[in-house]
Amino acid sequence: MKSGKFWAWVVFALGAAYFFIPLIATVEFSMRMRRGAYSFDAYQIVLGDPRFQATFGYSVLAAVFTIILGVLIVVPAAYWIRLRLPQLRPIVEFITLLPLVIPAIVIVFGYIRMYGSNSPLPFLATDMGTNALLVIGYAMLALPYMYRAVDTGLRTIDVRTLTEAAQILGAGWGTIIGRVILPNVLIAVLSGAFLTFAIVIGEFTMASLLNRPAFGPYLQNVGANRAYEPAALAIIAFAITWGCMSLIQILSRFAPRSANRPN
Amino acid sequence: MTDLSLSDHAVAGKTAPPSEARALRLPTQWLGVAPFFIFAIMFLILPTLYLMLGAFQNDAGEFTFENIAALAQPSIVAAYWISLKVSLSSALIGAFAGLAIAIAIVRGGLPEWIRSATLTFSGVASNFAGVPLAFAFLATLGRLGLATVLLNTVFGLNIYAHGFNILSFWGLTLTYVYFQIPLMVVIITPAIDGLKKEWGEAAATLGATQAQYWRMVVIPVIWPSFLGTVILLFANAFGAIATAYALTGSSLNIVPILLYAQIRGDVLHNAHLGYAIAFGMIVITGLANVFYIWFRTRSERWLK
Repeated sequence: MKSGKFWAWVVFALGAAYFFIPLIATVEFSMRMRRGAYSFDAYQIVLGDPRFQATFGYSVLAAVFTIILGVLIVVPAAYWIRLRLPQLRPIVEFITLLPLVIPAIVIVFGYIRMYGSNSPLPFLATDMGTNALLVIGYAMLALPYMYRAVDTGLRTIDVRTLTEAAQILGAGWGTIIGRVILPNVLIAVLSGAFLTFAIVIGEFTMASLLNRPAFGPYLQNVGANRAYEPAALAIIAFAITWGCMSLIQILSRFAPRSANRPN
Repeated sequence: MTDLSLSDHAVAGKTAPPSEARALRLPTQWLGVAPFFIFAIMFLILPTLYLMLGAFQNDAGEFTFENIAALAQPSIVAAYWISLKVSLSSALIGAFAGLAIAIAIVRGGLPEWIRSATLTFSGVASNFAGVPLAFAFLATLGRLGLATVLLNTVFGLNIYAHGFNILSFWGLTLTYVYFQIPLMVVIITPAIDGLKKEWGEAAATLGATQAQYWRMVVIPVIWPSFLGTVILLFANAFGAIATAYALTGSSLNIVPILLYAQIRGDVLHNAHLGYAIAFGMIVITGLANVFYIWFRTRSERWLK
C-alpha cells in the first residue's frame, strides 16, 4: 500500500506538471510584451481593442439567445416526455446525442447548402437570418448538455404531482411550465446555461463559416497576426471557462438531492 | 410530506391514461414536444441527410458513386489518415493517462482535497479547447515558448533541432491530449468509484494477490467503460477543427481543415466531393458511436 501511495503521488505530480506548465508558460508569455520587464501591456492592448469589445459583445449576445432558445426547446420537451410521452424517451435521447456524433463543421456545411439565398428558407440571405441560424446552430451544439442538465433536474422533482396540484388550482399549461416547473428546475437550467455559455463564447467553426463577427474568429485572426496578444487572450478565455465551471459547482450545492417521485 | 407519498402511490397505479382519451388528445399531446422535433428535424437531421444524399449525386442530380470513389485520391486519403492517427493516438494517450490519474485520486490514498481539486480542474480543462488552447501550446512549445526555451537554456536540449515541431502530428496530438485527459478523468472516475470494496476483500479472502485482483477483477470490470470512453475521445478529436486550425493554419491537412477549405473556396473544384468528405466524417464518427453505445450498455451492468 505504501508503494501504491508513492505511485499515486508520482502520477498526480506528472499530471499536474502537464496541465500547469502550459498555463504558466502562457501567463509568462503574455507578460513579455515590453522588452526586459514583465508587464500587462498585452492585456491592455487586447482589452482596449474595439474589435475585442465588439466581437466579445456579439458572442455574449449570441450565447444569451442560444440559452433562451435552448431552454424554450428543451424544457417543454423534457417535461412533456416525463409527464405524458415516456415512450418517446429513447428517440429523444438518441436525437440529443446526435450533435456529439455529427461534427459541427458538417452541421454548418448542411446549413450553408440548405438555407442559402435561393432556397425555400433563405436564412443566409439577410444578416439577421444568418445571426438566427448561428444561434440555432449553437443551440444544437449545446443540446446534449442542456437536455441532460434539465432531465437530471426534472428527475429530482415530482413532475406529476406538481402538475396535478397546479391543474386543480386552475393553472393553464403556460403557467404550469413557467411558474411551477421552471422555478423548480432553475438550478439545473442554469448549469446547462453556463455550460452553453462556455461552449458558445469562443466557438470558431460555425461563426467563421457563417461569416459572423464573433469572438472565436477574432481570436483566430489575432493568433495569425500578433505575437503576445494571443497568450493574453488564452488566459482571458481560460478565466471565462473557469468562471462558468465554478458557477456550475456553486449552483450544484443548492440543487435538491432527494427525489420525490414514484418508482 | 406524507400526502405527497400518498399521491405517489395513487399515481403509480395509473401511469398510462386510457387509450381512447389519448387518441382524442393526440394533437395537444404532441404540442409540448413539437418545437423540439421541428428544430431537430430542420436543423440537425435534414441538413445532415441533405449532405449524405448529395454525396451520392452528381451535378445533374443523378445517383452516382463517383464522389465516394473520388475520395480515394491521395491528398484526401492522406487527410483522413492523419486525422485518424491524431484522433486515435490522442484518444489512447488521453485515456491511459486519464485512467492513471483517476485511479491515483480514487484509490491512491491521496488527500481528499486533491480528488475534488482534480475533478474541478478536469471539468474546466475538458472545456478549454479550441483557439485559446492552441495559443497556450504555442506559448509553451512554440519556437519561443517557455518550455522550448527552458529546455534549451537549462538542459541544452534544442527540441526543434531534434525534429520536434508544434505544427506537426506530435504537436497536435500533445495539444489534443490537454482536453482528452480531463474528459477521461471526468467520465472514468465514477466507474472506478463503482468498484466495490467487497470485491477486493472477497478476492483477498480467496487468496488472490494484488496483481491477480487487478488482472481478474478490476480490469474486466473497467474494460467496457474504458473502451467506450476511448471511442468517445476519438470521435471528440476527429470532428475538432478550431484548435488545429489556430495551431497549424492549413499546414497540417486533417479532414476537418480540408472540409473547411472546401466550404470556403471549393478548393477541390467539385462541390459534391465536399459532401462526400462530410459523409466520410459522419460514417467514421457514427461507427465510433455505435461501438460506444454497445460498450456503454455492457459497462452499465456493473455500475448498478
